[in-house]
Amino acid sequence: MEYLSACLSPSGKLVQIEHALTAVGSGQTSLGIKASNGVVIATEKKLPSILVDEASVQKIQHLTPNIGVVYSGMGPDFRVLVRKSRKQAEQYLRLYKEPIPVTQLVRETATVMQEFTQSGGVRPFGVSLLVAGYDDKGPQLYQVDPSGSYFSWKASAMGKNVSNAKTFLEKRYTEDMELDDAIHTAILTLKEGILTKPNTSLCVFHSFEGEISSKNIEIGKIGADKVFRVLTPAEIDDYLAEVE
Amino acid sequence: MSIFEYNGSAVVAMVGKNCFAIASDRRLGVQLQTIATDFQRISKIHDRVFIGLSGLATDVQTLYQRLVFRHKLYQLREERDMKPETFASLVSAILYEKRSVRVWPLLVPTTLLSSVDRDCLSGWGGHVYVVTPTEVKERILKGRMD
Repeated sequence: MEYLSACLSPSGKLVQIEHALTAVGSGQTSLGIKASNGVVIATEKKLPSILVDEASVQKIQHLTPNIGVVYSGMGPDFRVLVRKSRKQAEQYLRLYKEPIPVTQLVRETATVMQEFTQSGGVRPFGVSLLVAGYDDKGPQLYQVDPSGSYFSWKASAMGKNVSNAKTFLEKRYTEDMELDDAIHTAILTLKEGILTKPNTSLCVFHSFEGEISSKNIEIGKIGADKVFRVLTPAEIDDYLAEVE
Repeated sequence: MSIFEYNGSAVVAMVGKNCFAIASDRRLGVQLQTIATDFQRISKIHDRVFIGLSGLATDVQTLYQRLVFRHKLYQLREERDMKPETFASLVSAILYEKRSVRVWPLLVPTTLLSSVDRDCLSGWGGHVYVVTPTEVKERILKGRMD
């Protein structure tokens, strides 16, 4: 019976959440790094066909002017979460006339994701989120999982090649890293994943097999000016030239 | 008699250099009838935010309780006190929720104790808080108590 699928298994696990985590784990790689003066989030943008206009795909989204988010997993699920989170942020702003703190927005979003593990007639979200923001408490990076649990990270990665990416980040991360260093590290981490493990998935073709470019990655950053911004392809090209 | 003229009373406040003060009278009355002379209209939300509510006494007390409730939940959720601007916005939002019924008190500022005609209908002394970065002074004043 279908409704039973939302029940705990005898071993104490929720299989639906395990499946959601599998969906995340097979999704495109995303990563985030918290620097001393800002945060960067980045992701692969592999398109199903070379005929897709890559400018029409935006995987990194704004939640508020000072908070951005990226996902690994299912794109349509991500859209739902973005819409709910933006609404939550606007409601907070309307009530208190103060921008929502990053922790509060992350908690609200995580609450929505938790509710979808315990409600009838729904399934958990097939996405993990990386939320980057800068507020009165400084730069912040959070990961939110389908179960509704959330963590604050200095640097994190998710999706395909997550263990490679995390190992790479562990090697390269330093506490005093500045935003530009963090962007370079983010690019190198994505590069590592793309070069060492060319995509073999059947339904995914991409134009630059094993080659990183401003067309197949996205980068979002926020610094002490507290304005989150998605880098333009031209800006990404500049950073790519710097790391080579 | 409408609720807008049932209890009334006065609340005043001003900011100074590195401080502010807020004060009110202490009378609870209905026209010529005095019911109490120790009615509290100014309340502390936390060490740096005070609110003075003038108008219908039942609304003063209910609104205060609701504000304390909302602030306690905010403190638990955000692990901090509300900034004055934030709190003011919250009060505004709560008052506007009742826009269609118009029962919450009207705020009527006048100058406390400074006029000579503070008497048994408009006075019974005063309640004053003076707040500076380092301390909160609370004073119960006596004016014309007749």
